Amino acid sequence: MLTFNLLVVISLAYVAFLFTIAFAAERRAARGQDAWLRSPLIYTLSLSIYCTAWTFYGAVGYAARSGLEYLTIYLGPTIVVIGWWWVVRKLVRIGRAQRITSVADLISSRFGKSTALGVLVTLIAVVAATPYIALQLQSVTLSFAVFADGTGTSWGEGELNAAALAVAAGLVLFTILFGTRNLDANERHHGVVMAIAAEAVIKLCALVTVGIFVVWGIAGGPAQTLALIDASPISAWTQSGSRWVGLTFVSGAAFLCLPRMFQVLVVENSDERHLATASWAFPLYLMVMSLFVVPIAVVGLNLMPAGSNPDLFVLTVPLSQGHEGLAVFSFLGGFSSATSMVIVATIALSTMVSNHIVVPLWLSSQRQGAMMSGDVRAVVLLSRRLSIAGVLGLGYVYYRLSGGGTALAAIGLISFTGAVQILPAMLGGLFWRGATRWGAAAGLTLGFAVWAWSLFLPSFGAGAVIPADVLAHGPWGIGWLRPQAMFGIVGMDPVVHAVFWSMLVNAGAFFVGSVLTFPTPMERLQGAQFVNVFEHSTGTRAWAQSAAEAEDLLIMSQRILGPSEAQAIFQREAARQGKVGYLPDVTPGFVDLLERELAGSVGAATAHAMIGQLIEGASVSVEDLIRVADEAAQILEYSNRLEAKSAEQDRTARALRDANEKLTALSIQKDAFLSQISHELRTPMTSIRSFSEILRDGGMEAVDQEKYAGIIHAEALRLTRLLDDLLDLSVLENGQVTLNVETGSLRDLIDRAVSAAGLRADGIRIARRKSDEAVPLTTDLDRLTQVFINLIANAQKYCTAAQPELRIVVQRSAGGTTVDFIDNGAGIEARSQQVIFEKFSRLADHGKAGGAGLGLAICREIMARLGGTIAYLPGQGGAAFRVTLPKAEALAAE
Amino acid sequence: MGKRVLLIEDEPNIIEAISFILSRDGWTVHTHANGETANDRVRATPPDVVILDVMLPGKSGFDILRDLRADAATVQLPVLMLTARGQTRDRDEAMRLGANRFMTKPFSNAEVLEAVRALARPMTET
Amino acid sequence: MSRSPVFLARASYRQRRLRDAIRALPVLGGVLCLIPLLWPHAGAEAQRTSSAIIYLFVVWTLLIVLAAVLSRLVRPDPAPDATEDA
Repeated sequence: MLTFNLLVVISLAYVAFLFTIAFAAERRAARGQDAWLRSPLIYTLSLSIYCTAWTFYGAVGYAARSGLEYLTIYLGPTIVVIGWWWVVRKLVRIGRAQRITSVADLISSRFGKSTALGVLVTLIAVVAATPYIALQLQSVTLSFAVFADGTGTSWGEGELNAAALAVAAGLVLFTILFGTRNLDANERHHGVVMAIAAEAVIKLCALVTVGIFVVWGIAGGPAQTLALIDASPISAWTQSGSRWVGLTFVSGAAFLCLPRMFQVLVVENSDERHLATASWAFPLYLMVMSLFVVPIAVVGLNLMPAGSNPDLFVLTVPLSQGHEGLAVFSFLGGFSSATSMVIVATIALSTMVSNHIVVPLWLSSQRQGAMMSGDVRAVVLLSRRLSIAGVLGLGYVYYRLSGGGTALAAIGLISFTGAVQILPAMLGGLFWRGATRWGAAAGLTLGFAVWAWSLFLPSFGAGAVIPADVLAHGPWGIGWLRPQAMFGIVGMDPVVHAVFWSMLVNAGAFFVGSVLTFPTPMERLQGAQFVNVFEHSTGTRAWAQSAAEAEDLLIMSQRILGPSEAQAIFQREAARQGKVGYLPDVTPGFVDLLERELAGSVGAATAHAMIGQLIEGASVSVEDLIRVADEAAQILEYSNRLEAKSAEQDRTARALRDANEKLTALSIQKDAFLSQISHELRTPMTSIRSFSEILRDGGMEAVDQEKYAGIIHAEALRLTRLLDDLLDLSVLENGQVTLNVETGSLRDLIDRAVSAAGLRADGIRIARRKSDEAVPLTTDLDRLTQVFINLIANAQKYCTAAQPELRIVVQRSAGGTTVDFIDNGAGIEARSQQVIFEKFSRLADHGKAGGAGLGLAICREIMARLGGTIAYLPGQGGAAFRVTLPKAEALAAE
Repeated sequence: MGKRVLLIEDEPNIIEAISFILSRDGWTVHTHANGETANDRVRATPPDVVILDVMLPGKSGFDILRDLRADAATVQLPVLMLTARGQTRDRDEAMRLGANRFMTKPFSNAEVLEAVRALARPMTET
Repeated sequence: MSRSPVFLARASYRQRRLRDAIRALPVLGGVLCLIPLLWPHAGAEAQRTSSAIIYLFVVWTLLIVLAAVLSRLVRPDPAPDATEDA
């Protein structure tokens, strides 16, 4: 007999295998080789987290107890998925257009980016998922217990609880490791999705293998199996019609509303076209999963002693026949089903909890302008990790409270019915412009209350939460409020009863509430965007004129999206506007785009609030709303074409305006050029002339004589240097320079620049990460070093911080290698950033610096000759320069 | 003579040179390198002659001169302006604002000495 | 007159009807899944569970095949890239 310890080892090895797969997938995605990670096959397999331990273990138990009814759980989603053109397609399109992060975000975003609705949906989702997560813990624990029993040690409650706790802790760890690496929920979790796809294959294979073994190995073939079925206790087809219809409805609706399904269906979707494949492949998966359920149930009922738990037939039947290998395979299938569900569910729920509850609370606890100072990313990540632990903790508590003895399918249905409360608000929001947030809130609250009262609370057992007396006679003896016979309808099946009343009350309140209340402008805008998502390809603007500074927006975005992503967005927008650098004009369109990007990380409501803090009082106006009107749709089409043209004109105009500004600035400078040259030459000459006259006059002490000669010498050197710089620049500008191309490493180059910059011991501190600097280079190393020396020397001269520090940050990406020089001083104001690379554009404070203001102009010319760039990088706290190394050279050397 | 000259200039070596020339001639030389606080300095300890550079950190020599002339206490104060830019426009500007003398760098030591002496003599031609 | 507009119209007409077919598919599926409820429950003509199993899985397969065929024929409308449309 297989020892229990060996089983634990196998499980751990399996987890290690999943880690490897997830890790490899992340590595591939990071290297940009993610084409096959985004295939329709992987998408379909990831949808299979619909089939949890409930399916793997519970379906057989369900069939053994209630015959074919288990099929409703798979027919519901089948109908929804083959009808993808109706709802799923629209959900996915909206999810992409609005950068939706979760089902709570969808509802919140649809109803005017309402924070309150986000909280409400999150609470419902967490409460409804709790029994479901408990179900997974229970099934894994029970399956361990089966093997423990086999080795002769029967598990008591203590061992079961300990095992459940260990499983929960392990899942917390795995989920945190792979689910909270990326902050942007819209950035797909490649590792997790890949691991789940692998688990989908394993659970399918395991169940099918057990099925084949049962049909051909035990029963003796399909015909004999069918005969066995007809002879079994489940032979009579006495299906309750209301349960059949009700459960098909609930499972189909749950497929859309469950946070984890929304996560894989919408959030992790990388291509709308995958839906077309999934529309038939996913039903096929469900069908194959369901195929052998009844045979296993029937054979189990025949073989196993009366009273054995039918939920575990998938394990106990092979074990009873002495097929331990098959049993272990089956165990792994069940393990896969449970873990994949828990991982995705907790990722989805933790995103919701952190985006809709923790971050808004954190933001409101900070003073005005909080997003400019705190580290939002760290807060979001920490809150996600804590939420993951919290959600699994709740599941464990439910497992303990419910006693761990309930049939799996019964627990699952409780959870489904809770999640389905989101359906009216979701469908209403998708198809009805008139739906309002008050309606949604009323429907969600009442539906949730009815569900909790009639199904969730009674599930803890009579007398556990609701006293037995209340269960039988209603609260305070009010008969029509009896949890399982509301409004006096007695004798209904409890689940159907709960589904019926909660959906009726929910949808009714949603409708009446929507009809009676009036939507805010933001709701109407979002409503139009959602309902007409296929018509409105260009978004209606949620922001009018804004007073925000591009640099403030950049600073905030960096704190949420991370520096490189935020800079890329700003740079792209600036380029689109025909500008150079990282600071585009803050147009309403750009603010909208930015808000959507932020929404991908922290949810629509929070992103809206954060942007709103920077852009004072510039939200939608009535005039903006006119564009929402239905009649505007045709005008929109026409004006879109005009807009395309005028966008082109805009771009040209902006480029011209910029060029003009630059020319004006330049001509003033050109004019100043001569007087600058004059000043730079005459200043050292003054000292030289004056002191040489003093020396000529004679009659002074030797010490002074020596000192004055020294001054003359130093000033002569300064003159020479200036002339050298001028000459250098003119050579570079005329393109007469010959490059001396060599190969070397970036690290050596920076080493050389730092030592050559002549740093004083008490001067600026240099912070580097040498491990990042191992980049081979083939370029003119001396010239590049010259650029670095200049930047380091500049930081030394101009950084005004009390404890000056210069960070040298090397980053490698697909776009090439960048080297950032970031100091912690006062930085350079936006209007000066344009001109610092011009000749003699030294800013204020001349005398102190001792340079002629040619350094950055030379740097720019050198980088242009080398095929790279140098630019000022705004929003870094201090002055920051980004040197982008010549790409071709860097690649060639790799 | 012990008369006081205030030298408003930010190039250390030029400060050193002018200080040396004038001290040797018996002047008490005070120096000030910051344009922004130059007017306060003049008001606090009024000198007999001011030597004023045009390009100063914080505030240009022209602005300082304009403020000096706007203040009743210093409207008569003799001012010698120095510039390294050497354009006639600068000379015109300096004269328009009320500078008593204007000199272009590099200057000869004798020239400076002569100019300061001349400015310190009351009631002479400007 | 060129004949191509007629041809295009016909093609897009086909596409529209295909979409209608996809929209109708879940309705068909729903109805087919409910039919066993109408079968007699007791008495001599009561259907056996094995017939119900066979019926449901045949319906299921039929739906999958139809969905596969239709999803291959239909042209999904172009999805604008969410990040580029502002």
